[in-house]
Amino acid sequence: MQRVASLLLFFATWWVASLFAGPQMLPGPERVLAVIVAQARTGELFAQLGVTLARVACAFTLAMVVGTAIGLAMGRVRLVDRLGDPWLIVLLNLPALVVIVLAFIWGGLTEVAGILAVAVNKLPNTIVTVREGSRALDRELDEMAQVFAIPRWKALRHVVLPQLAPYIAAAARSGLSLVWKIVLIVELLGRPNGVGFEIGTAFQLFDVTLILAYALSFVVVVLLIETLLVQPIERRVSRWRARAA
Amino acid sequence: MLRDVAFTIGPREVVALVGPSGCGKTTLLRIVAGLDTEFEGAVTRPAAGRLGMVFQEPRLLAWRTVEENVRLVAPDATPDALALLFDALELAEHRGHHPGELSLGLARRAALARAFAVDPALLLLDEPFVSLDLPLARRLRQQLIALIDTHSTATLIVTHDLEEAVSLADRVLLLSPRPARILADIAIGTPRKLRSEAEMQRTMAAIGKRLDAIGSNGRGPA
Repeated sequence: MQRVASLLLFFATWWVASLFAGPQMLPGPERVLAVIVAQARTGELFAQLGVTLARVACAFTLAMVVGTAIGLAMGRVRLVDRLGDPWLIVLLNLPALVVIVLAFIWGGLTEVAGILAVAVNKLPNTIVTVREGSRALDRELDEMAQVFAIPRWKALRHVVLPQLAPYIAAAARSGLSLVWKIVLIVELLGRPNGVGFEIGTAFQLFDVTLILAYALSFVVVVLLIETLLVQPIERRVSRWRARAA
Repeated sequence: MLRDVAFTIGPREVVALVGPSGCGKTTLLRIVAGLDTEFEGAVTRPAAGRLGMVFQEPRLLAWRTVEENVRLVAPDATPDALALLFDALELAEHRGHHPGELSLGLARRAALARAFAVDPALLLLDEPFVSLDLPLARRLRQQLIALIDTHSTATLIVTHDLEEAVSLADRVLLLSPRPARILADIAIGTPRKLRSEAEMQRTMAAIGKRLDAIGSNGRGPA
């Protein structure tokens, strides 16, 4: 209820602000909605959202899988941590724009280069979070797995990953929003389609309504993913905590 | 910590390690389990068959049910064998519970079930009933005796509880304070099931006397 009220307040503020700023600078919610509907009718909206979403999914999955593996290795093996730490610091402090521009220069204006650039931007954050989780792993359970000779992959799946789940979930949650923001920049700079490309075009035409229409649509998509996918998964993996309490 | 400790456990034999607090009983057990590798000497574990272990803490996976915890280490155990095991330990109605929902006593039983589920060739128990109240500890001990007698496993149990040692073991190894050596190897001839209260009291008194002589009552905290 409070969330709905807060959301209504947001739209009210927007509407009032649009009265002062004028439709050129800040069109009201009703205008933006009209454009969203029009774009949806032609199918253009869904096509662009779909393309962007596919890129987000690829980059996100790549960053999560590789980042989890590296984070786990760094958290568990001191040598890997020492060797990897300087690389990690470089990666953490590399501006997203630099990574994207270099990826496009080295890899050409290709899909692979774009997705890799996004994944590399998300990677260090996942590594740091999962490394933190790996350092907190229960040594006693490792010993249990060792004594009972639980095969490695099985121990990873049943003993290690459930302990990392909260950390992976945290990385995923911040990752989703980070990744889609960077995907838009990649699309703006070097892809011929997607929400970022559309916003770039709208920028050149100074079409604020279209910019807001695409931005808002994608925010809704991300919110849907968050409520329909991320949160249920989180609840599922932490079910045992709730029951134990 | 340990010095010149050498012993063998026969198949189906139960050996109890008893000694003063902090003498290295648990370390010895960890060496036998292969968890501590920084030692000089050799451990020969059974060539075939698996290791089962019950730690001082139950060490169950909190995110898996009791049954899943057991099945994880013993994927080949038949449903019948598991049912027998859960019945023997009065765990049948807790199969679907998560460890966080269990009392310490029940969690200890689940840990026992897990150790027996692998049908171990060597079973290692590290003070399996510590910090349980006496009646409960006795009851679990009876269940443990029944399980040991129906499984063909060699057993090494670390305990500071003489009653536990004397009622479970075929042999009691008495360790000295650090660096621990084996002071005495006391065989108890009578089978576990047939031991009378009086006989156990006599054996306990005899071992207690030897422990007093080395400056520990052997009943202190581990």
